[in-house]
Amino acid sequence: MKRFHLGVVLVLGSLLAASGVLHAGVQLQGAGATFPYPLYSKWFSEFQKSHAGVEINYQSIGSGGGINQLLKGTVDFGASDAPMTDQELAKSSAPIVHIPTVLGAVVLSYNLPGWKGALKLSPEVLSDIFLGKIQKWNDARIAALNAGAALPATAILPVYRADGSGTTAIFTDYLAKVSPEFKSAVGAGKSVKWPAGLGGKGNEGVTGVVKQTPGAIGYVELVYAETNQLAVAQLKNASGIFVAPSLEGVTAAAQGVLKTMPADYRVSITNAAGKKSYPISGFTYLLVPQSGKAPKQKVIQDLLAWAVTDGQKLAPALSYAPLPKELAAKVQATIRGMKVE
Amino acid sequence: MKADRIFLQILRVAAGASLLVLAAFFIQLFWAALPAFRAAGAGFFTSTDWSPGQQEFGAGAFIYGTLVSSVLALLISVPVSVATALCLTELLPARLAGVISFVVEMLAAIPSVVFGLWGVFVLSPVLRATVQPFLAEKLPWVPLFSGPPLGIGMMSAGVILAIMITPTLTALSREVFLAIPRLQREAALALGATRWEAIRVAVLQSAKGGLWGAIILGWGRALGETMAVTMVIGNRPQVSASLFAPAQTLAAVLANEYAEATDDLHLSALAAVGFTLLLVSTVIHLGAKLWIRRGGKA
Amino acid sequence: MKTSRAFDLWRKAKSRVAISLLLLGCGLAVLPLFAILLHLVREGASSIDWNFFTQVQKPVGELGGGMAHAIVGTIAQVGLASLVGIPLGLACGIYLSEYGGRERLAGPVRFALELLASTPSILVGVFIYGAIVVPMKKFSLFSGSLALMLILLPLVARTSEELLRLIPQHLREAGLALGLPRWKVILSVVVRSAWPGVWAAILLGIARIAGETAPLVLTSFGNPSFARGLDQPSASLPLQIYTYSISPFEEWHRMAWAGALVLVLTVLILNAITRLTGGSNEHRRAE
Repeated sequence: MKRFHLGVVLVLGSLLAASGVLHAGVQLQGAGATFPYPLYSKWFSEFQKSHAGVEINYQSIGSGGGINQLLKGTVDFGASDAPMTDQELAKSSAPIVHIPTVLGAVVLSYNLPGWKGALKLSPEVLSDIFLGKIQKWNDARIAALNAGAALPATAILPVYRADGSGTTAIFTDYLAKVSPEFKSAVGAGKSVKWPAGLGGKGNEGVTGVVKQTPGAIGYVELVYAETNQLAVAQLKNASGIFVAPSLEGVTAAAQGVLKTMPADYRVSITNAAGKKSYPISGFTYLLVPQSGKAPKQKVIQDLLAWAVTDGQKLAPALSYAPLPKELAAKVQATIRGMKVE
Repeated sequence: MKADRIFLQILRVAAGASLLVLAAFFIQLFWAALPAFRAAGAGFFTSTDWSPGQQEFGAGAFIYGTLVSSVLALLISVPVSVATALCLTELLPARLAGVISFVVEMLAAIPSVVFGLWGVFVLSPVLRATVQPFLAEKLPWVPLFSGPPLGIGMMSAGVILAIMITPTLTALSREVFLAIPRLQREAALALGATRWEAIRVAVLQSAKGGLWGAIILGWGRALGETMAVTMVIGNRPQVSASLFAPAQTLAAVLANEYAEATDDLHLSALAAVGFTLLLVSTVIHLGAKLWIRRGGKA
Repeated sequence: MKTSRAFDLWRKAKSRVAISLLLLGCGLAVLPLFAILLHLVREGASSIDWNFFTQVQKPVGELGGGMAHAIVGTIAQVGLASLVGIPLGLACGIYLSEYGGRERLAGPVRFALELLASTPSILVGVFIYGAIVVPMKKFSLFSGSLALMLILLPLVARTSEELLRLIPQHLREAGLALGLPRWKVILSVVVRSAWPGVWAAILLGIARIAGETAPLVLTSFGNPSFARGLDQPSASLPLQIYTYSISPFEEWHRMAWAGALVLVLTVLILNAITRLTGGSNEHRRAE
């Protein structure tokens, strides 16, 4: 009987711990992009430290999931690297605001044991790899870009996102711009039909597959490749220069749109002009309702204000580029414009 | 007696509630799936084109993946399970049989996600590094072993599923063998049969019907596995002749895509996938139970 | 023509080969359990420290995190599911076994429970998602435990029905002959006699739902910390293992292994206890 009593105590204790009785304050529910997850997890933890009583639960289920759950009303805010389409916005009963938080680079990380150089890829070769037309690493076209290097004869395994992904949206947006064939065969979007390769779940999943499979090449956010010591490819940008992914490259890519930035911030900065620009860069957004009830809406507003000011300082350490200053000022104004009922 | 009547009423309510829940289950799933069925028609089951972005929903690839991975699992597991059950009932001394039976049952208790974990980090790399290259080298002309050895894919899923259904199949086969009267074996041995001949004639022959029932039940369980499969199968809706290729199953696509289906048709298509899975699983289970009840005769 | 002696030797040889193959098969069946346990211990044992049981999820890159929130979440959800599922399941089992003959509802109920028992658990999650989560507009610990309850219910109901049926009729008759009302006979005589087996089945059911992941993905969703209410999302041990294992962060992988080890040990111990005390054979995989 003693064991039974212990069991009952455990269960009741957990229920108590789980019930609202012992806690007060606000809990925010968020879901969405895996792209900025490493930064957001840091942000939320830091914000919670300086704002007692606030708890933020963010589940990194992919941009598609974030938008979906926001539309269904099961989360308080969403996160996505792909701006919501007009169709998606139309589904929402209340207006939704896009708040750009940071910039990131979508990098091509690869696993080629036994070869130590820095791989150079051109847009055409990259699209053909993901179209499944270039199937081996020692293909002449890849060698041509890499000063005739002797790459191994391993099969190339493209790794893509199996879930609805803003990272996919940025990547396919780029490929559609540089390859008409890719645009007609596959198209751009959060979820496309890839002609070749293997699917991983989330940035995490793709990184995991690349890390484990010799010959794999997958598109992930920069910090995922860095944390796992995966090699990343240099890409030829619109100005014809091979650029390695970097914060400067991403920031340079954003320069072009600053003057023409729309009020809702929905832009694409892939294949940007500029010698230093990294071609596959993108903003990542927090999606929040324009107006909402206190106290949650107030906390969201505070969170966003913190994110575009103090939070920006934490970005470079995790390989995300902070917002350009002029843009940050505009965004702060938008945040102040949010209504709290 | 009044108390008795109240008692019965309470029980009726409880039982009725379960019935209601199940009805709600089927109805809700079917209702949600209807738009997709209407839009795609019979093509839903035959088309292998699943692209949410292009509003094309064909579950053919998932049906293929589910069938092939589960059949592969059966091909591997049935011989092993029947052999184990035979050892437990015919060959091993009672104490050892008890221990082995215990160990096999413990295997049944391991959660699917742990199998997935082991599959991703242990099994798939082993398959990729040794088994698959070996097969590709020795039997390159067999389409089953074509394509690059990835580790992750149909073969991995099949092997993991085989391990997962072995305890069930072993337990069921064991019950079938135990039901055969002792006399049969003794008669065979008395007639001068060798150990193996006695097993073959006295046990396996009579057990055929029951074994088929067990196999179908095991098959039904393999069909519904989600977590372990989604972690090792590669998540690619495609039909490929090669066992090395990645694939996708009905259950796994639900786990991957349900939370993020924004578009109504996509959600409906996923509900349709769920309904298909429910239908297949139910038919197989009921079929197995019917078969067993009929005594295993066609 | 083969001589009788040669043929006999051939038969004996065939028999020996066949028997060896059978034993080999048996070995193959036993191997995976040890392989998996060994790997779990090797990878996970070192990561089980005090932090594991007391800390919650830390941001990416920070060390010292733990699975306290997942453990508490699992206990809470399993506990809640059992609180409702066990009485409900028992009630169904009693209904079917004691009144099954006369009641018209019995057939359909038995059929319904059979169907529910054979349903893949992901679909239970899909159902609760559509029926509770979306209308309520929130993922919650409560909906997670509801999904788990639907998985536990048929297990408890079917096993208790079987066990209750095994109780010989004369016990019931004796009780009635002594003047006890029927409900008392059922509860104090029949159920009480069958209790050890029923309790074993309950423990097995609890062990099974403790390991479920798929239905929780769409219902309790996950949480980097403790759930703040029954109507808030919650972490759970198997779900946390899944999330950590598909991540590319080494620290999280280590914790996934540790979590898997803790989960498997708990489930195995529960199963072992019931098996050793003569429990039921009917169980399924947890997903």
